[in-house]
Amino acid sequence: MFDSLFGIHERALYAAADRISVLATNIANVDTPNYKARDYDFAAVLSGTSESDGLTLTRTHVGHLPLAAGGEASADLKYRIPYQPSLDGNTVEAPVEQAKFAENAVRYQTSLDFINRRIATLTTALTGQ
Amino acid sequence: MSLLGIFDISGSAMNAESMRLNVTASNLANADSVATTPQTAYKSRHPVFATQLREFGTNPNFDEPGVGVRVLDVIQSGAPANKRYQPDHPLADPTGYVYGSNVNPVEELTNMISASRSFQGNVEVMTTARELVLKTLTLGH
Repeated sequence: MFDSLFGIHERALYAAADRISVLATNIANVDTPNYKARDYDFAAVLSGTSESDGLTLTRTHVGHLPLAAGGEASADLKYRIPYQPSLDGNTVEAPVEQAKFAENAVRYQTSLDFINRRIATLTTALTGQ
Repeated sequence: MSLLGIFDISGSAMNAESMRLNVTASNLANADSVATTPQTAYKSRHPVFATQLREFGTNPNFDEPGVGVRVLDVIQSGAPANKRYQPDHPLADPTGYVYGSNVNPVEELTNMISASRSFQGNVEVMTTARELVLKTLTLGH
């Protein structure tokens, strides 16, 4: 029962939290020459197409760096295609990033709200009031 | 938790942008400085930003995408000094010339606006992240 307690929102919350970090990096590097803006394909992350059988890298040498906790490469992290390429090689467009950031913050709060209401429902059921 | 990492990312960006503002202030303050030789004339300075790579070993979650900004270097403009004929100036060389700074005030002012906007953007990011973290902390209450 508890595996499906929060439905997709548990996963959506993690995805949104990761994405906030990426978008914050883009906004932080808005003036860095040659920085390429990145973003997750949110739908792909949520549907789990790229995560379930994620790309794993074979380590053929002891000196090779291990990947993150899951041992999967972050295949969903893509580079953004700018509307107006900049001369200094930076592909961050502040308005685009700010819009995405705001949208993602709302997504995060929505997931949080659903989880909160689920907890409230269960608390009501448990206390029987 | 990746939300807490945002404070490092935005913090490094705010640090870099405030340094940019600082350099711009220094350039504008010295816009009218004069010197006797072109070598000693004030040269406008510009910070060079670079992506801050996370040091290996500091974070077990090595694949985490969040990276901040650092100021790689502060370079001096190679533009020629502003040569003016002012024989009555106390700093004039024997031929009567003084050498002013190569600061371009228009360039500096646009730099200042850009730095201030970027700084504000990062403040917004930090405020939002703070709100989300606080809301997450009260989960279930």
